[in-house]
Amino acid sequence: MDDVFLLSRLQFAANISFHILFPSITIALGWFLFYFKLRFNISGHPVWMRIYRFWVKVFALTFALGVVSGITMSFQFGTNWPGYMETVGNIAGPLLGYEVLTAFFLEATFLGIMLFGIHRVPGWLHTLATLLVAVGTTLSAFWIIALNSWMQTPTGFEMREGVAYALDWSQIIFNPSFPYRLSHVLIASGLTASFVIAGLSAYRIFRGDAKKAPLIALKTSMYVAAVLIPLQIFVGDLHGLNTLQHQPQKVAAMEGLWETKQNVPMVLFAIPDEKTRTNQYELSIPNLTSIILTHSRDGEVQGLDDFVGEHPPVAPVFYAFRIMVGMGFLMWLVSWFTSAKLLRKKNLSKGHLCILIGTTFAGWVATLAGWYVTEIGRQPYIVSGVLRTTEAVTDIAPENVIFSFILYMSVYMLLLVAYLKTLFLMARKSVEIEEIQIEERRHQKYFSPIDDNPVVAGERP
Amino acid sequence: MIADHNLPSIFAGLMALSVIVYAILDGYDLGVGILLPLQNDKQADQMIASIGPFWDANETWLVLAVGLVLIAFPSAHNMILKALYIPSAIMLVGLILRGVAFDFRAKVAQGNKHRWNQIFKLGSCIAAASQGYMLGSFVMGFEESIVAYAFAALSAVGVTCAYALIGSTWLILKTTDELQLRAIEWAKRVGKISFFGIIAVCIVNPMINQFVFERWTTAPFAYFMAIVPFVCFTLLYIGNLVLKQLPLKDDSGCWLPFLITVVVFLFCFCGLAFSFYPYIVPGKLTIWQAASAPESLRFILYGALVVIPCILGYTLFSYRVFWGKVEALRYY
Repeated sequence: MDDVFLLSRLQFAANISFHILFPSITIALGWFLFYFKLRFNISGHPVWMRIYRFWVKVFALTFALGVVSGITMSFQFGTNWPGYMETVGNIAGPLLGYEVLTAFFLEATFLGIMLFGIHRVPGWLHTLATLLVAVGTTLSAFWIIALNSWMQTPTGFEMREGVAYALDWSQIIFNPSFPYRLSHVLIASGLTASFVIAGLSAYRIFRGDAKKAPLIALKTSMYVAAVLIPLQIFVGDLHGLNTLQHQPQKVAAMEGLWETKQNVPMVLFAIPDEKTRTNQYELSIPNLTSIILTHSRDGEVQGLDDFVGEHPPVAPVFYAFRIMVGMGFLMWLVSWFTSAKLLRKKNLSKGHLCILIGTTFAGWVATLAGWYVTEIGRQPYIVSGVLRTTEAVTDIAPENVIFSFILYMSVYMLLLVAYLKTLFLMARKSVEIEEIQIEERRHQKYFSPIDDNPVVAGERP
Repeated sequence: MIADHNLPSIFAGLMALSVIVYAILDGYDLGVGILLPLQNDKQADQMIASIGPFWDANETWLVLAVGLVLIAFPSAHNMILKALYIPSAIMLVGLILRGVAFDFRAKVAQGNKHRWNQIFKLGSCIAAASQGYMLGSFVMGFEESIVAYAFAALSAVGVTCAYALIGSTWLILKTTDELQLRAIEWAKRVGKISFFGIIAVCIVNPMINQFVFERWTTAPFAYFMAIVPFVCFTLLYIGNLVLKQLPLKDDSGCWLPFLITVVVFLFCFCGLAFSFYPYIVPGKLTIWQAASAPESLRFILYGALVVIPCILGYTLFSYRVFWGKVEALRYY
């Protein structure tokens, strides 16, 4: 039983970690594409279509990976966590159902039109398809975050004979942590997509791409990131205060606070030790955590000693939180520094481009780390206070789970490598494509997006 | 207001609808993948272009079908997927591989394209065969015996052929010239195998499955069951005659084989579904035993009644946008 439990958790964690990489890009990339398409519609300038065309390819590839890894998840609820659906299926089922009905079909169908239909439908309809794909990805986030938040802070239900029954759907969807978590996740997606756009564009420029398209894309994404990052810090703070109110044990684990006390220092670094229930090698700033969480120097914060046997494993939550915050600060520095340079119309140096290339996937690291904080932070419960994770696990033979785990892991590794290689390959390929000079087209009143470098049938953009 | 007692039937109907829509829609695009020629890149490109705008949405019907079982009949979802743990994991890997191969093949360096074509074909075959295996195993009530495994294996071959059949008729509809001629040949060949496959299932299934035997021999269902094989055989026979005449001048009638195959799919599915209704796990669990709480079903039903017509609407719209032969498709 223990083996199946551990293996199922590992498998689900690996699966969701792999899956979340792709939606965290596509949710915001969809809106970037819509913006590029709008700019093209307004200005008629072909450069916007070129930007659109490159990023729609990235979108298509990323979206496909998100879809296929998402299908796996819908199976694993039943295969590995039967107790979850048995206990809270009445709540989780409809929320997942609405995600499929309102989001999946919408994005999948209009993706077809967005990718292949540009010359088969009028321009406005293609723009509408792009918008609907973005709406679809965002709706999908809405429903899944509603479910996840409900698992963190469940409301609007009652338990009868060990099974949850819905009482009030608006309380279930708009549960206490939902608005904070949704904003936090959507902004995180914005940052992730921005840094991917900036990183790949920087890579193109670094490889000698002197065209306008990568520079414009880089500018757009860095300005967006520069605006989003302070917003994210603000929302993240609100989210933390909300967590303190509803899941104090999670905050205590994040802060490495073993005992309830006043004048809580902010621990910058430490090695939390579960055995002695203390921190080793602690480096901290006096009173800062009390100030942040209670807005007073001597505010009392609940520690882990109030939750013995009921709190998450401290070390992973503690470290993951620091990685997330660290990545946030890194993205802050990079986006502001880059934006400042770009605003003053300065060229980006080679070194600067390398930094942008290096931080291409900073959003991924932060998103994963944040996800671990919130999910591991909910343990030992799968639904806070309602269902323990150990009660939800399957009773199938461990060999079966080992088989599927190895199978999924090897496929995911292969795909991740192929994905990263292909992204950079696409960027390199686009460096070689010659840009059609605007001067040549100056006399043309209308620029048709189709007629420049048509590709052979069968090739997906 | 819908009575609580009727909710499970309604959801069983919705689930059946999404399963059959899935089998037809993803059936043809999996079929195209199964048939993908590895020696002819131009034809491979055309074939994949013919399913390009659709495969994503087609696969979503599987998510909906699985989702509906999960929402409406959670204990059945647990029981079925636990019994089919390994085959479903293999099917998922098949679907993952083909889904991503679709994109990778168009974007990787020219030298690697062939490998992704292979992966696309392999993934399609794995997905189709494991779906067939799961269907066979489901029909046998997840029995663990040599007979049951053999039947599941037979079903794996049958479903793969059926997908290849609908895939080839889709190609007849969407292509011209050389590729269309090739598709006609494919359709003739897998059509014959499917013919014998249906005979085999009709004979073997009641012989080894007591539950099905009783169903098929008791009125009123026996009458319906007598019609199903008859209709299927007649249609497949007509289909074969049509295939011999194709291609006609002006390409008229190129849609006929696809339509016939769809009708055969519908009949086979109804025959199968009514063999088990109201059981959702054959012989073990009925839809009423497995159903979720009425308040949850009602919440999702009202949404579904609004949203599903919209989905059908924009799905039809998308088929209209990409109407016509695949040569006319140009990719930017």
